[in-house]
Amino acid sequence: MRKPDSITRSWALLIAAMICYIPANVLPVMQTGSLFGSQTDTIMSGVVYLWSSGSWPLALLIFFASITVPMLKMLALIVLLLSVQFRSAWRPKGRTRLYRVVEFVGRWSMLDIFVIGILVALVQFQALATIRPGPGALAFGAVVVLTMFAALAFDPRLIWDNMDKQHG
Amino acid sequence: MAETPRRPDLPDIPDAVAVPKSRRSLQLVWVIPIVAALVGGWLAVKTILEQGPTITISFKTGEGLEAGKTKIKYKDVEIGTVTSVRFSKDVKRVIATAELTKESEPYLVEDMQFWVVRPRISGGSVSGLGTLLGGSYIGTDLGKSTQKRRDFIGLEVPPVISTDVPGRQFVLHADTLGSLDIGVPIFFRRFQVGQVAAYDLDKDGKGVTLKIFINAPYDQYVNGNTRFWNASGIDVTLDASGITVNTQSLVSIAIGGIAFQTLAGDSLLPPAEADTAFQLFSDRTEALKHKETIYSDLIVVFRESVRGLQVGAPVDFFGITLGEVVAIKTQFNPATADFSIPVEIRIFPERLTSRYLKGPKGGRIAGSEDPKKFMEGLVEHGFRAQLRTGNLLTGQLYIALDFFPNAPKVKFDTSQEPPEIPVVPSGLQALQKVLTEVANKLSNIAGALEKVPYGEISKNLNETLQSANSLMKRLDKEIAPEARDVLVEARKSLTSAQQLMSARGPLQQDTREAMREIARAAEALRVLADYLERHPEALIRGKQEDKK
Repeated sequence: MRKPDSITRSWALLIAAMICYIPANVLPVMQTGSLFGSQTDTIMSGVVYLWSSGSWPLALLIFFASITVPMLKMLALIVLLLSVQFRSAWRPKGRTRLYRVVEFVGRWSMLDIFVIGILVALVQFQALATIRPGPGALAFGAVVVLTMFAALAFDPRLIWDNMDKQHG
Repeated sequence: MAETPRRPDLPDIPDAVAVPKSRRSLQLVWVIPIVAALVGGWLAVKTILEQGPTITISFKTGEGLEAGKTKIKYKDVEIGTVTSVRFSKDVKRVIATAELTKESEPYLVEDMQFWVVRPRISGGSVSGLGTLLGGSYIGTDLGKSTQKRRDFIGLEVPPVISTDVPGRQFVLHADTLGSLDIGVPIFFRRFQVGQVAAYDLDKDGKGVTLKIFINAPYDQYVNGNTRFWNASGIDVTLDASGITVNTQSLVSIAIGGIAFQTLAGDSLLPPAEADTAFQLFSDRTEALKHKETIYSDLIVVFRESVRGLQVGAPVDFFGITLGEVVAIKTQFNPATADFSIPVEIRIFPERLTSRYLKGPKGGRIAGSEDPKKFMEGLVEHGFRAQLRTGNLLTGQLYIALDFFPNAPKVKFDTSQEPPEIPVVPSGLQALQKVLTEVANKLSNIAGALEKVPYGEISKNLNETLQSANSLMKRLDKEIAPEARDVLVEARKSLTSAQQLMSARGPLQQDTREAMREIARAAEALRVLADYLERHPEALIRGKQEDKK
């Protein structure tokens, strides 16, 4: 059973994800309010903060999980979709592996959202300290979910279709 | 089509056409990116629209300013955030760039004020304690100007009164600041009605200007005739009625204060305009002194030392302080080549007015008539000014106006402006004068003595002596030999006299014999007398023969 309108759906979801990627990075994902004033953090400012405060492994982890991975995933999907649309016969095996990696790695991008979710749930001391998710978190979640759907909507068998045609 | 009846039979039902279901779902799937784009676009537009103005505020120091963290608040509501803190080009100030919210844009006017809120203790109040925990923030106060502005200069000290507090600001001029400070309370009938908002040294350095703020509704009690005075500390007065201790409140003892009062009778005047300038008096007594508006300036020219006479020294008339010294100058008269000290005095004729007399002139002596003519009359009667010692210990002088009928007549110059009152020398000076005169006479005598022609006298004397000498010589020559002859003759005479007188001299012998004869005669007489005593009859009968 083939996925219907695989390429179109995949494109639509991918474009939506790409649009959401912008506010996800620009808008604050987390608002920290404490006795000592309040602060809003975007993903990037969090990474910078972690890096400058010395915990660079954590900074690298968040940088990869939250910025690099979604971007690579979207780029990979674009490559896959374009290659299928232009009926390219370029390294079908490699492209299939790429698709598997994209599908697998998708859920790990939610790391940021998980962290925020846990913090928001844990840190609720009213006046002393509160953490609230910012609008960026929503956009970021949308990016992750949309790319996952886009990956799901893509039918990897299309990669091989062109091979058949070329062979046939 | 609504009128068309139902068709029960379905003979002309068209053949089912396979509409590809995928087409609709295909279109539906595009809704997702469209929605995403719309949401994203809306967010972008909203962000751009919400982008408030960016302003710069320059401060002396960056203490408490942190990029991205320091908030800008108005009435403790956040209206912006400092985005960067950097130096000015000359590295003398710190420039904080801040992004404000969209709503604050209309308030960014010329006189909007910014200051860093830090913990502060001033004027008996503590403020900004919250910043100890939460970090400092930039406080603001809205301005009233309509001129837009984006670059501000931050205040170092927060303004005491924010512009939205109803009330009025007034200006006070004082000689010194005393113990006053920003936030010092202002009292009206010992009731705190305002505070000192700012103070500054006058540009010419001759005084201090204070800006005070009187809260509404108490600002209506300030009118054109209100007197302000420095009510700092405790005012202890010792006078004939005992000790009076005056103070406004404990706060004013600790940190100083200003009090004001409107003179009785003037309380019905309309309230003063904002920013009206007043004089700040040093104490209550001075402030409430009746302020004369009618005065006349006079000049008194002394020719003696005015050491101890000060500007403000009283001008006394029969014990009533009639005015005060306004200025003391010196003057050199090149014609007579002497110095004199013109002292300007200001007298308040109203003080001569009896408040109880309600005559047509109110008892004012120099009323409608020409005061100069009046003064001329007074001077003719011996009206004079005199320096007198007010305090023997401190040597302070005052000027007394009095009548000296014996004073030498002086022409009163009516054309001079200000008119000059003639002086009589002070008692001390008169004494001094007498002493000086005595000394002068003595020195005159000495001078006259000095003028005696000693040379001539000695010359004359010399001549006299010479002539005496010559006389003597002549005497010696001419008279002395003769005198010697005379003396020799005299001696001869004396010698002969001596010989004559000597015991063996003939004169002596003769005399002795004569004396003997006299003694015999006396004996015979005694015998006779004795016989006669025994024989008185012998006188008649004669001597009887001895009966032998």
